[in-house]
Amino acid sequence: MADEIILLDFWPSMFGMRVRLALAEKGLKYEYKEEDLRNKSPLLLEMNPVHKKIPVLIHNGKPICESLIIVQYIDEVWHDKSPLLPSDPYQRAQARFWADYVDKKLYELGRKIWSTKGEEQETAKKEFIECLKLLEGELGDKPYFGGEKIGFVDVALVTFSCWFHAYESFGNFSIEAECPKLIAWTKRCMEKESVSSSLEDPHKVHGFVMGMKKKLGIE
Amino acid sequence: MAEEVKLFRTWSSPFALRIVWALKIKGIEYETIFEDLSDKSPSLLQYNPAHKKIPVLVHSGKPIAESYVILEYIDETWKETPLLPEDPYERAMARFWAKFGDDKVLTSIVWGVFIKEGKEQEEAMVEAMKNLWFLEEELRGKKFFGGERIGFVDLALGWLANLINILEDVAGQKIVDEDKFPLLSAWMKDFANSPIIKDNWPPRVQMIAKFRALRDAKLAAAASSK
Repeated sequence: MADEIILLDFWPSMFGMRVRLALAEKGLKYEYKEEDLRNKSPLLLEMNPVHKKIPVLIHNGKPICESLIIVQYIDEVWHDKSPLLPSDPYQRAQARFWADYVDKKLYELGRKIWSTKGEEQETAKKEFIECLKLLEGELGDKPYFGGEKIGFVDVALVTFSCWFHAYESFGNFSIEAECPKLIAWTKRCMEKESVSSSLEDPHKVHGFVMGMKKKLGIE
Repeated sequence: MAEEVKLFRTWSSPFALRIVWALKIKGIEYETIFEDLSDKSPSLLQYNPAHKKIPVLVHSGKPIAESYVILEYIDETWKETPLLPEDPYERAMARFWAKFGDDKVLTSIVWGVFIKEGKEQEEAMVEAMKNLWFLEEELRGKKFFGGERIGFVDLALGWLANLINILEDVAGQKIVDEDKFPLLSAWMKDFANSPIIKDNWPPRVQMIAKFRALRDAKLAAAASSK
């Protein structure tokens, strides 16, 4: 019997994109359900009663929540194809550490960049670049964080790249000027079908953020 | 062959305590380095440059940081007395509840209820109660979050079993009412008194002093900013 996979998602979410990317890497077919976050579906509320957030993966009727937890689940269930985590425990720990680092830092800093002004925005920009530089250091000379192929950290981070244009535009700065190696890595990732088909168009994301700013009354 | 295992910790950190428990449950010999967070050692800064925090586990010279990352590393490296279940769905659930514990339960209790008073505390309490209720439901039919024996989620949430009572004493406010949360209350007692766990709690008198100072400082800061 074939697996039934449903993904509850919201198109601009860099967290939802991680799950799309993991599913694409594994060549898995699934049903994509777009959620309206201002009017959450009964299914979402039933499948994620604790957080009521996307993404939620529903595998044969059982829900899994939190994007990095979902990606690890996908990697463990469909372990024969395109493994995302390495097999060595120390390498796995390093991958989990850096994916967690992305989670702890980038979303909040990115949000501050597009939603604040003045000193608060400048501080956020500075910290954001510092984080990206640290990640650049971790990438080193490898083509991907996962080494020769994309891995867990690549999946965790690359989905933010389609938000970079919005951050740069509203923050008035250039990420490429500060972190050229990282931007080169994003372009390398985008050459892969699984990545380019999972990430959203940066201009669409920019439009979305513009809409959010209007709704929140931010200039 | 002796593998050198070192744990950088503080005397009171609940995050580091998880690692102490895991190492002892698995019978792993290790060396403890106590850090003074107001004067971090060069070793700590070298081993965790990204966050400069404890706990850090150093195994044969290689550092691992972030308590849940360390727990999974320990579980994968020393396979006796497994902490995480084998089934991928059960593993995902364990990771989910552990994350919920830190992101929501700890935050709403310590940085919500505990450091506030009056109406603000009442509002924070509503949020904390909601979060605790999810844990109560998760314990239904189980002695421990891990089932019959202590597992990953028990270690992740274990701080509750000791700290709640301390916070309640200092703030003069009941947080986990036995009538409202009978399963959670029973779990807190069972976990706190379990072998290994019961021998490794930080000294109560010092914990009371530390948290009294924290609450006083936060309330003073809030008052002066009004």
